[in-house]
Amino acid sequence: MELTTAEEDMLAGADGPGTRMAMEIVVQAGQMLGATRLVEIKSSHIDGCLYHGIAGVLFCERLAEGGARVRVPTTTNVGALNLLKPDQCRLDPQERKLAYRQMLAHETMGCAPSWTCAPYQAGARPEFRDQVAWGESNAVAFANSVLGARTNRYGDFLDIACAVTGRAPYCGLHCPENRVAELVLDVSELSFADPSDYAVLGALAGHKAGSRVCAITGLPQDLAEDELKSLCAAAASTGAVGLIHLVGLTPEAPTLAAVAGAAPTHVSVSAKMMGEARGQLSLAKDGPIDSVALGSPHFSADECRALFALADNTPFQVPVYVCTGRHSYTALQEEGLVEKLERLGVVFVVDTCVVVTPILPAKPGVMMTNSAKFAHYATGNTGHIPVFGPLRDCVASAQVGEVVRLGGAA
Amino acid sequence: MSWQSQVLVAGDAKGDVLRLDAGLSFWGGVDQNTSQITQARHPQCGQTLAGKLVVMPELIGSSSSSAILLELIYNKRAPAALILGQMDAILPIGGVVAEQMGWESCPIVVMQDPVFKTGEQLTLHRSGLIERVIPPCE
Repeated sequence: MELTTAEEDMLAGADGPGTRMAMEIVVQAGQMLGATRLVEIKSSHIDGCLYHGIAGVLFCERLAEGGARVRVPTTTNVGALNLLKPDQCRLDPQERKLAYRQMLAHETMGCAPSWTCAPYQAGARPEFRDQVAWGESNAVAFANSVLGARTNRYGDFLDIACAVTGRAPYCGLHCPENRVAELVLDVSELSFADPSDYAVLGALAGHKAGSRVCAITGLPQDLAEDELKSLCAAAASTGAVGLIHLVGLTPEAPTLAAVAGAAPTHVSVSAKMMGEARGQLSLAKDGPIDSVALGSPHFSADECRALFALADNTPFQVPVYVCTGRHSYTALQEEGLVEKLERLGVVFVVDTCVVVTPILPAKPGVMMTNSAKFAHYATGNTGHIPVFGPLRDCVASAQVGEVVRLGGAA
Repeated sequence: MSWQSQVLVAGDAKGDVLRLDAGLSFWGGVDQNTSQITQARHPQCGQTLAGKLVVMPELIGSSSSSAILLELIYNKRAPAALILGQMDAILPIGGVVAEQMGWESCPIVVMQDPVFKTGEQLTLHRSGLIERVIPPCE
């Protein structure tokens, strides 16, 4: 691999042992991936602050103690703890301490403690064509697609190593030639009546695309940012999707011709396919529910306001977990909405979420959600069984304790 | 018989093969303390990875799979080696980090269409050369 003098220096330890270790990881990763050089990055988003075990903690602390500091603006994804209510999480005290050490090590290294999976709604907005190194699948898909930045899907350890060195292996989605769509989904025959339709479309796109770059044509041209967010998150959970061009909506895709590869596969999406994809997001039959979980990715302030409006001051019969970041929580506090929502039965989960750390009751139950990502990961990570529905149905269901379909059967 | 694989994390290994017949996500799919496969409906669910030359023709990548591999290595419950059927940018980083930490890492190689089946015994050399010690029962 060809390295610049500055990169050689980092590798030789000129910036201390922490940076040397980070550079060795970046270079080894680059060699594995067949990169012939590194690329300078402008920002990073770190998924590796979520606690999995002591080994990960020791690694971050080794970096931090070795003097490693991030070289570019860097945000943190969720940790395993709600720092405002540490005992909300059922990890034992020993593990809670470790989880905290893992978060702390990232602050020591100079990361901005954003603790959110929606950093792009907390001020981290790379510009069109910026090279960045982001982790967390939904944030990667959003950065690549909606913002037109360039990042691969970075996993634990490599993400912080890139942030510390300010470099990433130049390969994959960093290179323009790898950003052309191999699959085109035409949705012009569909009608989009509810925001949850975009989550369903994302889930379908993820299944169809796998790890391929995909383009969607025929979408309405007025999608709200929260709808783009749920589409990207869904696609990145059912498939290994890093980039999804939304023709006419995302900056790299003013036209299909601008992003389509030489001979992409075309699929016309039918209402029947959408119905099947929607059905796959529910693993329990409609009936009694034990909880509602919202906010994967983290609920925006707008989504919390919509929740409050839909609730119409009728209290919930089951806990409604709202996972969000400080960026939204603080705004809601100022509006008095935190208190009002809590009075209705909302449980705020800040800095983390109910699917990555044990917050839901240990006894598994049925969890209703409007998030395709929650629906995809709930059972494996928590044992709780998901039922999927639009936000208005989640609200109506929470108010009576069983699944309500305001628009008729799912 | 012998095969040449591409080395991602170098090391020697010898032992029994465990072939995974479906994609496995280490995050949410493997218990980091026991190395038992917990992924629902996985054909090898309930089997343990520790000490085996684990053949993974197919990968499904959570971005935290590298973290779980690192925990397995630290807990001394790692596979003897991983033989991947396709290049992956995430899982092998767990092995790279273990080396950096000075822990006994897990050798990882990649090759096209690894043919090895559960029940046979293999030797993996640092060079990536794989030799069959005991063939599979036919």
